[in-house]
Amino acid sequence: MPNKSVHTFDVSNVSKIFGQGKNQTVAVDDVTLYVADEEIISIVGGSGCGKSVLAKMMLGLYPQTSGEFLYRGAPITDQRKHWSEVQSVFQDPFSCFNQFFTIRSQLKDAFGILPERLSRGEVEDRVDEALLAVNVTPKDIEGKYPFELSGGQMQRMLLARIFALKPRVLIADEPTSMVDACVRANILDYLMKLKEELKMTIVFITHDIGLAYYVSNRIFIMHEGKMVEMGEPDQIIQDPQSPHTVQLLDDIPDINRQWIKR
Amino acid sequence: MATFEVENLSLHYLTRFGQKIHAVTDVSFTMEKGEILGIAGESGCGKSTLVNGLMGLFIPPLHLTSGDVRVAGESLMNRDPKDIRENVLSQKVSMIPQGAFNALNPTRKVKDIAFDVIHAHDHGEHTKKEIYERLEDRFDLFGMDTQRVLNSYPIELTAGERQRSVIGISTLLNPQMVIADEPTSALDVTTQKIVIRMIFDLLEKGIFNTMIFITHELPLLRHVADRIAIMYAGEFVEVGTTDQIVFDPRHPYTQALMGSVLSTNPEQKNKKPFTIEGAPPSLTQAIPGCRFAERCPKVRPECKVNIQSMRMVGDRQVRCDYAE
Ligand SMILES: Nc1ncnc2c1ncn2[C@@H]1O[C@H](COP(=O)(O)OP(=O)(O)OP(=O)(O)O)[C@@H](O)[C@H]1O
Ligand SMILES: Nc1ncnc2c1ncn2[C@@H]1O[C@H](COP(=O)(O)OP(=O)(O)OP(=O)(O)O)[C@@H](O)[C@H]1O
Ligand SMILES: [Mg+2]
Ligand SMILES: [Mg+2]
Repeated sequence: MPNKSVHTFDVSNVSKIFGQGKNQTVAVDDVTLYVADEEIISIVGGSGCGKSVLAKMMLGLYPQTSGEFLYRGAPITDQRKHWSEVQSVFQDPFSCFNQFFTIRSQLKDAFGILPERLSRGEVEDRVDEALLAVNVTPKDIEGKYPFELSGGQMQRMLLARIFALKPRVLIADEPTSMVDACVRANILDYLMKLKEELKMTIVFITHDIGLAYYVSNRIFIMHEGKMVEMGEPDQIIQDPQSPHTVQLLDDIPDINRQWIKR
Repeated sequence: MATFEVENLSLHYLTRFGQKIHAVTDVSFTMEKGEILGIAGESGCGKSTLVNGLMGLFIPPLHLTSGDVRVAGESLMNRDPKDIRENVLSQKVSMIPQGAFNALNPTRKVKDIAFDVIHAHDHGEHTKKEIYERLEDRFDLFGMDTQRVLNSYPIELTAGERQRSVIGISTLLNPQMVIADEPTSALDVTTQKIVIRMIFDLLEKGIFNTMIFITHELPLLRHVADRIAIMYAGEFVEVGTTDQIVFDPRHPYTQALMGSVLSTNPEQKNKKPFTIEGAPPSLTQAIPGCRFAERCPKVRPECKVNIQSMRMVGDRQVRCDYAE
């Protein structure tokens, strides 16, 4: 029998502290959680609560200050090897592309991270397929540089990169914050298909509890570095326990409910 | 006379290869004093381009193709960007660009950034001390710790504080009108609400009175706007009251947008959100027929050949020959 306690991620009593003394920031505060294989979890919380720091730890970009952070039962030591399996969509799309190269060439370069060698034709095909999945006609970005696209288009390019790479684990930090509802629904749809096909594990990072509710198996609510609530989506939405969860739910501008008075 | 009039405005980018991208086509609308118009649409549909055009800010590669924009009767077209900056921006119409709160000069304190705005239009009538006092009085309205915020560098503030500072600074000279491009899209839901609260406070206090609010989030517009315009591939495709657009959309694209909203309503969870395959048409050449035809669930053969014009359906405008 395989060891039952080994998951995609096993995080025990992990803290991440930046700075020292008076200038110290406890970005992640004694967090314990696991992410099972093929699971979709969402980490939800307000600005500055530590979501992105936790996401970067999952990518092996920051070491923890204390606690134990395991990927498939082992600490993350070799970043390059880690990134061949674990990929991310980051919050700020513009910082993720080099302004001096065309988007298409950067999408193609992304394949360099993969251990398998694809032929040039296969790479072109995969890039085209990925662009269509995010509702972009390949011809429309031909020869274009990052600064020639709108914010939402850039965000879609990041997703296209993921769709082309087909990683085993995806860390998606606010992946659809800049796109409209139709494109978001389409991207989520494609992501779910990809998840089934590749048996992918997904960690969504978002402040949009509506998105989390729709896509996840479990939701984690984070506040000031701590996990304040965890559970299945229906349980969290219908019977929230933490006042922070109640606040997040209350602040969503739902069309069917009074939100603010003018 | 309407406060703000836009007449058949078309805009294009001229690329490095000499190719034209027709990012905005034939946009017309008027606004009365006191109104909030929401503009929503897919990423890349031309919202930010339209904002620059509305302000008359044509900085290459963006160019005016045709049309006119008038503020209280005064045209903003075919004017020098310098003239627009000195005589229109901040005073008559203020613009809050997309992502502005991340683009504040990092080497200057908030109070100095704000000082410059007043000073540039003051013609030496007031002393430095008077200007700083005026700043403090204004910032006291924003519900933040005035002294701390004014004396901070942008990076020392939270995203919400920075965005409130940007809105505060853009409205220091009491412009009639504000055009805000995605002012809350990068903020979390709680901060978003605080920023909207501030905007409503400023409207109530009469610091400005008319607003264009751009976002890709239709549910937010339900709570913010009086009227909504839906944009697709550079064109307005439907313009109506907020209730009409949100609760009773008629253009197939608006219907798709509303049908794909995710909500925390348990009944809605099991309904699959509406998706539309494909991509908007390329804007480099003339498009025969309806721009949405390729993706429209209600498409008819005629749609691919007949160019659609805005027409009245009841008391709203819809760019679709078959909308009821
Ligand atoms: N490299 C760093 N050095 C110092 N402090 C940091 C660093 N990265 C993050 N922090 C701090 O850690 C805290 C958590 O930041 P984090 O970026 O994880 O927030 P977040 O939940 O992702 O917020 P948002 O929704 O705004 O993206 C914040 O107080 C932030 O200022
Ligand atoms: N400098 C530029 N050169 C060429 N094309 C451009 C340039 N800037 C924008 N575009 C193109 O113009 C179109 C409209 O872009 P715009 O930024 O106005 O979209 P938007 O609706 O504001 O999108 P978002 O919701 O993502 O902000 C897009 O197709 C974009 O690729
Ligand atoms: Mg973050
Ligand atoms: Mg924009």
